Amino acid sequence: MDDGVRALLLVALPTDLVVGELTHLYQHGDAAERRAVLRALPLLPIGAAAVPLVQDALRTNDSRLISGALGPYGATYLDDHSYRHAVLKCVFTGIPLGDVAGLPARADRELARMLADYARELIAAGRDVPPDIQPLIDAYPEVGAP
Amino acid sequence: MRIFDPHVHMTSRTTDDYAAMYEAGVRAVVEPAFWLGQPRTSVASFVDYFDGLIGWEPFRASQFGIRHHCTIALNPKEANDPRCAGVLDVLPDYLAKDQVVAVGEVGYDSMTPDEDEVFARQLELAIDYELPVLVHTPHRDKLAGTLRTLDVVRESGIPPERVVIDHLNEVTVEAVRDSGCWMAFSIYPMTKMTEQRMVRILLDHGIERMLVNSAADWGRSDPLKTRRTADAMLAAGFSASEVDTVVWRNPVAFYGQSGRLELDEVDVDELATFEGNSIRRGGA
Repeated sequence: MDDGVRALLLVALPTDLVVGELTHLYQHGDAAERRAVLRALPLLPIGAAAVPLVQDALRTNDSRLISGALGPYGATYLDDHSYRHAVLKCVFTGIPLGDVAGLPARADRELARMLADYARELIAAGRDVPPDIQPLIDAYPEVGAP
Repeated sequence: MRIFDPHVHMTSRTTDDYAAMYEAGVRAVVEPAFWLGQPRTSVASFVDYFDGLIGWEPFRASQFGIRHHCTIALNPKEANDPRCAGVLDVLPDYLAKDQVVAVGEVGYDSMTPDEDEVFARQLELAIDYELPVLVHTPHRDKLAGTLRTLDVVRESGIPPERVVIDHLNEVTVEAVRDSGCWMAFSIYPMTKMTEQRMVRILLDHGIERMLVNSAADWGRSDPLKTRRTADAMLAAGFSASEVDTVVWRNPVAFYGQSGRLELDEVDVDELATFEGNSIRRGGA
């Protein structure tokens, strides 16, 4: 079943049932069901209530769930620390940063510092630095060139 | 060559791995409790997992002539999941067990307030139970995470020689060396650390307080990386005795602080069973 169809079913739920139903569907869902829940979040009248689901998805190593978690909903409701770690997680799991909601607007100096440190680790290990992190580092020259 | 792999998740490995490890010289392993790749939804799942680490898995290892010990903890990643908070309450039962040689893996994943609290609580447990601690360092924001780890260890009051900081690399090794904690390196096929880089680090920083592990688990990993690193050390000019220090005497000295290591040769009894079950599929 398509993510869009699942989203339509969620949107059709009575408002007072949405959070409970969503949480149940996510917690007992397979990977495709979880991704569909994550992608539907910006369409639902739930405020910040689904942040724990987003945090759960960000603890996985499944790039479908991580990308789903870092959509417009995650970009709106994740606190700065969680958002930065989520972006780093994308870098680690090979998710292109162009697909990440909230960038470059939510990129800050601390994220640039983390990415510059990571680039230094990669260089020390003789490994390649992913090109899409460079613009985020360059925006804050004070964190130092990797 | 005798090898002690101080960090390997054998629950995720096959009997062929055990046979190959024995063939390569592995005679003892420590299996840290960790994350299983997908979240556990209740404390009961941890209890079953911990029971396996002190029950079925040492039995499997013994069938291949390998001594198996474990470390027990709530891992940093699941420290963030409110469904798992009760794991801290069951830890004392396990930390008293003969096969448990440390508290671990503890430490940071995303450096959240929940992780801070669970890490500090488990360092207190290690002090109470007079056990060493195996500390995982985060993949993301590794240097900052390692420095914060060392601060937390210092504040806890645990003697640094009872703590090993794992998954180090060229950027994080120096701060750990200066702290007095033990330094551990996970040698992976694709990420973390290669055996050639490991040899370079040993040449630069010496072999004192150094541990090398395969950290083999359900991911791309290789339980023979300890042997490969030992071979690379010999090729680089380290003596057989220096290699023995890194792959045997150091892990024995570190986990020996628990007073619980049993390293006598295993008398393999192929007809043995564990609670009536054997590893001979259909053979008995």
